Amino acid sequence: MTPLAALIDTDRAADPESRWPRVMVDADTWLDIAAQLGAGGWTLVGLWADGQRVHMAVADDAPRPAVAVVSLDAEDGAYPSVGRYHPAAIRLERALRDLCGLRPEGMPDPRPWLDHGAWGVNAPLAGSRGEPAPSVPEGYTFLRVDGEDLHEIPVGPVHAGVIEPGHFRFTVDGETVVRLEQRLGYTHKGLESLLAGSTLDHAARLAGRASGDSTVAWALAFAHAAEAACGVAPPPRAVWLRALMAELERMANHFGDVGGVCNDASFGILNAHCGVLRERVLRAAASCFGHRLMMDRVVPGGVAVDLEDSGIITLRGLLKEIHRRLPQIAELYDQTTSLQDRTVSTGILRPALAQRFGAGGHVGRASGRDFDTRRDLPYPPYEQLRFTVPVQTEGDVNARVWVRIREIDQCVGMIEQMLALLPDSPIRVPVDAAAGALREGMAMVESFRGDVLVWLRLDASGTVARCHLRDPSWFQWPLLEAAIEGNIVADFPICNKSFNCSYSGHDL
Amino acid sequence: MRRILLESLLRRPVTDAAPKLDDAELAALAARIDVAARRRLGRSLAIREVDAGSCNGCELEINALQNAVYDLERFGLRFVASPRHADVLMVTGPVTKNMRIALERTYEATPAPKWVVAVGDCAVSGGLFAGSYACVGPASAVVPVSLAIPGCPPTPTAMLKGLLTLLRS
Ligand code: SF4
Repeated sequence: MTPLAALIDTDRAADPESRWPRVMVDADTWLDIAAQLGAGGWTLVGLWADGQRVHMAVADDAPRPAVAVVSLDAEDGAYPSVGRYHPAAIRLERALRDLCGLRPEGMPDPRPWLDHGAWGVNAPLAGSRGEPAPSVPEGYTFLRVDGEDLHEIPVGPVHAGVIEPGHFRFTVDGETVVRLEQRLGYTHKGLESLLAGSTLDHAARLAGRASGDSTVAWALAFAHAAEAACGVAPPPRAVWLRALMAELERMANHFGDVGGVCNDASFGILNAHCGVLRERVLRAAASCFGHRLMMDRVVPGGVAVDLEDSGIITLRGLLKEIHRRLPQIAELYDQTTSLQDRTVSTGILRPALAQRFGAGGHVGRASGRDFDTRRDLPYPPYEQLRFTVPVQTEGDVNARVWVRIREIDQCVGMIEQMLALLPDSPIRVPVDAAAGALREGMAMVESFRGDVLVWLRLDASGTVARCHLRDPSWFQWPLLEAAIEGNIVADFPICNKSFNCSYSGHDL
Repeated sequence: MRRILLESLLRRPVTDAAPKLDDAELAALAARIDVAARRRLGRSLAIREVDAGSCNGCELEINALQNAVYDLERFGLRFVASPRHADVLMVTGPVTKNMRIALERTYEATPAPKWVVAVGDCAVSGGLFAGSYACVGPASAVVPVSLAIPGCPPTPTAMLKGLLTLLRS
């Protein structure tokens, strides 16, 4: 396999010093890269457009993990499709066409994705090219499934639980799912259009609402990208407080998910206990940082609030409680056979697929994909923290639960270290959005769900010209379709919860 | 299992006391709901949640209402799986254009008398998403709203206060 660096001459990059070098390529190199992705050599981590230019972010594991961005100017509004070679790109290309109006030439799936024909504009991100007329025909053609005795079950967009909206089309043979096809886009809010033209501070608030459950991770990734674009470094204490908040967020979500999976198996007692611990984390966050979900606490240039000594005491108390309670929860989960009966060997995601789609977070790591941006594409302060990345290979609901339980344990260890090492310094430096030669920034940050990616370009006056956000769910949703195959319909909720993909983060 | 059950029995309950509905707040909230509606609701409410395009932050806090600390059900409030069983719709999000029809249909499927509570800044005013080509704006632009609970997201306590105000005449 050619290493990424050999194909992409990073010395030619506009920003050779950057951790995320970006180079212009021609259509032939673009296609070479698409073919390499299809052959499983590299991992696709993002695909988006800025005006008439398409950008593709690619990760290579060897010799050590690295990410580069290649850019291609679309001719006559078209570019060679990556999805044609690499299925993980298909939905990204469908969305890119809906939003930016660029056509992926040779793409196997011509259907729209985010555009349901209700916006009243075409290609809203294309600027002048958008016309106030619906281009998308009414109705949506689901893939055909042929066979005797098959029937379809449509579910959603409004679901039975308190969850986000999306449509699932099941084709079943008796009780067994033969195929699941998802239709998403219901929560599309036009976030990237709102980002364009915003000031950095306002854009940070918007980015923090891409997916509310990972607001800290999104705000952090946005801040990293903004700081790279403006050539600013956040002060040391802010760096540590950001990581502290990110780990609190991870714990809170994992508790919610572990409880949620157990609840979907009708084992309410674990949900009750996990729910109480989640609440403890959120209350500690509120008392330390003034907001339960810590929204708008990570800002370009640092953090918005400092951690007082009383907060440190609160957090130590929280860690002590979790330290005591987590083994009990793990033991009860492990020793309840009726629960294990529901989770073990249910919803298996094959490791090869997880690898191929570059699935991040618990979805990837429960199927053997040993990747975590905190360790593999590290950002401070994680190089200074001791932690391990739990990985399992079974790929079932059970493995996804265990990865989370073990990650909570790692969070406790990391927060303990951070409280001990927390440096003293100011918590925020001013960011001059009109300064800095580069005007471009990118970042990847590990949210509880996997790696989030932010790419940002500023205009001369310092407002956002283009900002792209890629949620980990893009590479997880399609895998849920694969994981559910051959399972019974009644196991869909538990499989879905064990993935816990974001609708909002995906739909934007 | 036995140890966890025993410990739970011996420990003090984790549930919070009912939130105080201090007068000013109560009055302000009550002013926004019509009295006849409140009288007819009785002392129990079945709630259907409709995410009309939220960022999912509001859903996290609505879900928290069901944990042992807030224990929504002790007040006679519970979430139901279908709008056909509901008295109240809790709507979140800036009503995306892609969710507009689903919200209208959910409202139509809810038997009268019915009330809509707009939860969170997005549903109350469109929030940060107001003015987007992809959003209709506040929930009230699509369905009649009886009560607005602002916040981004509102805390579970704020939601509980709002719902209890709906219940108390
Ligand atoms: S009000 Fe805030 S938390 Fe709720 S959906 Fe809107 S942005 Fe998200």
